[in-house]
Amino acid sequence: MTQFTLIDILRNLIFATQWTVILSLVSFAGGGLLGLVLLFMRIGKARLLPPVVKLYVEIFQGTPLLMQLFLAFFGLGLFGIDVPPWLAAAVALILWTAAFLAEIWRGCVEAVAKGQWEASASLGMSYLEQMRHVILPQALKVAIPPTVGFSVQVVKGTALTSIIGFTELSKAGTVLTNATFQPFTVYGLVALIYFALCFPLSQAARHLERKMNAAHRH
Amino acid sequence: MPLIAIDGLRKSYGEHEVLKGIDIGVEKGEVIAIIGKSGSGKSTLLRCINGLETINGGSIAVDGAELAADEAHLRALRLKVGMIFQQFNLFPHKTAGQNVMLAQQVVNKTGKAEAEAMARKMLDRVGLGEKFDSYPDQLSGGQQQRVAIARALAMEPMALLCDEITSALDPELVGEVLQVVRGLAAEGMTLLMVTHEMAFARDVCSRVVFMHQGRVHETGRPEEVFANPQTPELQSFLGRSAA
Repeated sequence: MTQFTLIDILRNLIFATQWTVILSLVSFAGGGLLGLVLLFMRIGKARLLPPVVKLYVEIFQGTPLLMQLFLAFFGLGLFGIDVPPWLAAAVALILWTAAFLAEIWRGCVEAVAKGQWEASASLGMSYLEQMRHVILPQALKVAIPPTVGFSVQVVKGTALTSIIGFTELSKAGTVLTNATFQPFTVYGLVALIYFALCFPLSQAARHLERKMNAAHRH
Repeated sequence: MPLIAIDGLRKSYGEHEVLKGIDIGVEKGEVIAIIGKSGSGKSTLLRCINGLETINGGSIAVDGAELAADEAHLRALRLKVGMIFQQFNLFPHKTAGQNVMLAQQVVNKTGKAEAEAMARKMLDRVGLGEKFDSYPDQLSGGQQQRVAIARALAMEPMALLCDEITSALDPELVGEVLQVVRGLAAEGMTLLMVTHEMAFARDVCSRVVFMHQGRVHETGRPEEVFANPQTPELQSFLGRSAA
C-alpha cells in the first residue's frame, strides 16, 4: 500500500479545492443573476409574480440544502434523465443562492426610505426611472456587505455536494481519509482550507460594512 | 376655470374616511394656507393633488390635467405641480446640484449643460449657489429644504404643494425657508401649503382653509379668519395654537 506523506495529502486536497472554488463561483454568479431576475419579479408591479417568487423563496429557505441536492440528483433520475453530480450540484446551489440573494436584496430595496419614492414620483419620474436613478443606487450600497457575507455561506454550502458524489474539497477529504486512516489530519487540513477561503470574504464584508457606515453618500 | 380644481374629493383608508367631499378651486397666483388639527386630512388632501394617494371619489384637475391612476396621466399632472415634503427627501447619493438636475435630465430629457445651468440658477434663487457640490448630509436642515425647493422649481411647475415644510426644522432654521417661500409668493407662484406657522399664513397667504374632520370647515381671507373665526371649532383651534 502506498504511503501518503503530509505533502501528498495537501497536494491532493488543494487540487480538489479548485472544484470547490469553481462551484462556488458558478453558484454565486448564476445565483446572483437569477436572484436579480427574482428580485425584479418580486418588487415589480405585475400582480401575479410577487407571490410566485415569495413561494419560491419560502421553499428554498424552508428546506435543507441537502434535500435540494438530493432532489436535483435523484429526482431527475426518476424520469430517466441521467444527471451527473456536477450538474445537480451546480443547479441546486444556483437555485438555493438565488433564493437567498433575492430575499437579501429585497430587504435592501425596502430599506430605502419611502420619502425617496414620493420625492422622485412627485418630480414626474416613472417607476423604472425611480428604480434606476434613485432607489437601486441607494439599495446597492446597503446590499454589498450582506451579499459578500452570504458568499461565505455559498462556499460552505458546496461541501454538501460531496454527498451526491461531486469530488470537491470535502469529498477529497473523505477519499483521503479512507486511504490514509488519518481522519484528524485530513479533515483538519480540509477545515483550514475552507477557513482560508472564507475568512478573507467575511473580513471583506466587515470592512465594507464599516466603510458604508462611515460614508453614507456617493 | 381655476388652476387647481378639486371637486367632491373623497379619500378613505379602509373603513376610515379621511376626506369627506372637498371642493376647492385655486386660482393662479393664489397662496393658500391649509390649517387644522393633525388628523383633519390636510396632508392627505395635498398628497392627493399630485397623486401620491389614490382617491376614492370626486376629481382633481390641475390646468386641465386630470388625476387618473395610469402612469401617463400621473406624469402629466406631476409636471404641473411640484411638491415639498416635511422630511426634505433629497436624494442622499447625489449632490445638491445633481438633486436639482436629475429630474430635468431623466423626465424632461434636458441636456446636461442646460440642466446644470438651470440647477445653478435655481440654487442661486434659494440662496445656495455655492452649495452646488455639497451632499445633503453636509447641509443643515434649512439648507436641505431650500435645495428641495430648488429641485421642485427646476421642473417649472405651475403650482407648489408644501407639506409642513418647516415642521422638521430647528426653530432658528425656519426663517430662511419661509423667506424663500415668501419670495416665491411675491413672484406670483401659486402655493398650497399645509402649515402650522400661523403668523406666516396671516402675513403671506391670500386665503386660509381650515379643515376639520375631513371637511373644509371654514375658509376666507387671513385677516377675517384669524381675527373673526366664525365656527367654534376654528375658535378653539386658534385659541389652542396661540397658547
